[in-house]
Amino acid sequence: MTLLSVRDLSLSIGALPVLDRLSFDIRPGEVFGVVGESGSGKSMTALALMGLAPESARVSGEARFEGRPLIGLAERDICAIRGAGIGMIFQEPMSALDPVQTIGAQVAETLVIHGRMNRREALQAARARLDRVGLPAARFPLDLYPHELSGGQRQRVCIAMAIALRPRLLIADEPTTALDVTTQAQILDLLKSLVEDEGMALMLITHDLAVVSGIADRVAVMQRGRIIEAGPTGDVFRNMRHPYTRALFRASGHVPARSRRSAGQPILEVRDVHCSYGGGRRRLFGKATRIRAVRGVSFTLHKGENLGLVGESGCGKSTLSRAILGLEPLQGGEIRLFGRPVGPRMDARDRAALQVVFQDPYGSFNPRWKVARLVAEPFNLLPTRPRDWRTHVAEALESVGLKATDMDRYIHEFSGGQRQRIAIARALILRPELIVLDEAVSALDVSIRAQILDLLADLSDRLDLGYLFISHDLGVVRAITDRVLVMKDGEIVEQGPTEQLFTAPRHAYTRKLIAATPRLPEIPTRMMQDDN
Amino acid sequence: MLRFVATRLSSLVLSLLVASIVIFAVIEVIPGDPAAYMLGLNAEPSAVAALRDQLGLNGSVPLRYLHWIAGLMTGDFGVSYTYRVPVATLIAARLWVSLPLALFALALSTLIAFPVGLLAAARRGRPADLAVMGTTQLGIAVPNFWFAMLLVLIFAIRLRWFPAGGFPGWDQGLWVSLKALLLPAVALALPQASILARIMRSSVLDTLGQDYIRTARAKGMTRAQAIRRHALKNALIPVLTIIGMQFSFLLAGAIIIENVFFLPGLGRLIFQAITQRDLIVVESSVMLLVFAVITVNFVVDIAYAAVDPRLRRRR
Repeated sequence: MTLLSVRDLSLSIGALPVLDRLSFDIRPGEVFGVVGESGSGKSMTALALMGLAPESARVSGEARFEGRPLIGLAERDICAIRGAGIGMIFQEPMSALDPVQTIGAQVAETLVIHGRMNRREALQAARARLDRVGLPAARFPLDLYPHELSGGQRQRVCIAMAIALRPRLLIADEPTTALDVTTQAQILDLLKSLVEDEGMALMLITHDLAVVSGIADRVAVMQRGRIIEAGPTGDVFRNMRHPYTRALFRASGHVPARSRRSAGQPILEVRDVHCSYGGGRRRLFGKATRIRAVRGVSFTLHKGENLGLVGESGCGKSTLSRAILGLEPLQGGEIRLFGRPVGPRMDARDRAALQVVFQDPYGSFNPRWKVARLVAEPFNLLPTRPRDWRTHVAEALESVGLKATDMDRYIHEFSGGQRQRIAIARALILRPELIVLDEAVSALDVSIRAQILDLLADLSDRLDLGYLFISHDLGVVRAITDRVLVMKDGEIVEQGPTEQLFTAPRHAYTRKLIAATPRLPEIPTRMMQDDN
Repeated sequence: MLRFVATRLSSLVLSLLVASIVIFAVIEVIPGDPAAYMLGLNAEPSAVAALRDQLGLNGSVPLRYLHWIAGLMTGDFGVSYTYRVPVATLIAARLWVSLPLALFALALSTLIAFPVGLLAAARRGRPADLAVMGTTQLGIAVPNFWFAMLLVLIFAIRLRWFPAGGFPGWDQGLWVSLKALLLPAVALALPQASILARIMRSSVLDTLGQDYIRTARAKGMTRAQAIRRHALKNALIPVLTIIGMQFSFLLAGAIIIENVFFLPGLGRLIFQAITQRDLIVVESSVMLLVFAVITVNFVVDIAYAAVDPRLRRRR
């Protein structure tokens, strides 16, 4: 007996095919994982099943939920199923809730709009559901607003909303991607227990193979709108019949080849740094409350060293990185780059020695500039731009694996991975000794991420470049760094050589972080060999 | 919430204080003698001296400022030089026309703009939306006095439903007065409604693209339900700002419409006072308008907080 049966589901937007004859079944009470990279069509599959695909999309094929057809239903009929028979949660808990309504009202609303209860009963039921997802009444009364909750707590509210009517199927689209590892582990545990206790099936959509392997009974791998491989999770990962599955798996655990060097002389010295930033004023002439984000951090980064900085969101790593870039004033301590002080008023020429690559490859470029101008921008830090600046740009582009002729194109002509290469070229153009990589590979798909990690390792070897590699992704940090700092509540709680820290963590917090990180299943090495 | 109101209120008082000092200072620093300026080149020295005395220009500056403020607080705005009546009476009479007219126009503008903007957003890209966008473009481009003349031609001269101008006074009966204000209010409201409808439309469209609307639909709401239950309140936040600005504009900016309809409003009073160099009336009217604008902003701030819990402090 199947709960959801999909046959030849196709979807196209204009002339663009997005989904190509998908067929799969989900049984009652099972966890069905869907993995794939961005653009593979995994989210669109969910939206098509829910009748929430864009209005311009053409959907064909068949999907039956408990024997009744889902595709092509009138709005009223599909609305009766959405939220009642099939619940859904999304990736971004920070924006998934209505900011001007209380969490109680929003959970109760699911019950009210389906006409099951009146408002008072619905609020009682909402209370019970919030309790169930781990938001007890004492700390989380119904009249809280979303902005009073953290990301993980908001995702719990979303889950409570989606399961309020005890649907037989819950579709979770990247439910933990925006969350920290420890929060991710808690949310995954919650989803697992809901499946077990309530006999609900879960369709878990994710890009993360490790997450799927830990929770799914069966898994489907998607590439360019097709399911290329599907079956019981253990089977799929043990045999990996399709080359793309193997490629995905290899990329997920990719460790770039790096030559270990002995550390050179110190480049960046951070001594007992304190940073705080202003909160709101409570009264017109009241003193602004300040948040102490960094409290007494000290470390040294040597020439050619790749140093990792890990911690959960809110631990102060962003504030620290801004301070190191000379963008934040310090409330105490000092930062020195090549012995010269770093701060908001530092000399432009001193800034040239330290460059940065940010997370978002889409938001960090001026869309109206050509690549040549974008990459050459750091020359503004020098008194004059060299005459042969275009040659420098060409060299920088070639060193990141792009063509010199790319400099006359605009940024929108490039993919996310290529943009991140351009961002690295921009950071390289002044031949700095140190680059701050602030979540620089976090927004990339695993295969692109593997390529960028290779590029970074190669550049570091060739140019004897040092990195400060800031990330929440412990796997990536382990792959690319020599030494790691673990940050919690504005302090460095543990630091040490990367392998040593990962194999024998001393601090409880480090152990917690490592334990919460989803692990890829062990796969026979013959599987990990290249296909060609 | 109480603390929020208190904070806003103290900033309101502070703004008023600063504004009053600036207005007073401007009159003070005008080169030459205000009295001589008001009376013109050929004035008798004795007349100037008499006016100086009447204006209260004798005495130290801080003392005169305090005197002026104290007067404002107690409703004593001085005596108009040209009209020879207390300024307070003068302004009050005009305010009884301008304030209802502004409120009337604002109500019309909001009543038109909300449903129209919402309709355009809900039917984005369809004929209804295109019609709304085209009409509102026209409404913004065409000056309101032209609307006013058109309205007079049709409804006053051709159909004879409404008077072509003038204001009988509220003592002549509510209905008669409202009838006299209707055409000017419509003329004022049309361009404002056009602006507001477009802002309403884009604001609703913005919120419709938000994740929480997708969440709402995943709960089983139709598009219309999602708009009503979640988009509307969120879309209201930017719209409130515009409404506040429009009210301030309507209160004093209606001078052209007041002229077209021969209405004894505040705009015309200020205009006449300026041309006749009646600085006493100018000073007081400007202070009154500043007071109105700041108060409206205060009300808008409170309305923000009522809509958006993020602006209220934690309990």
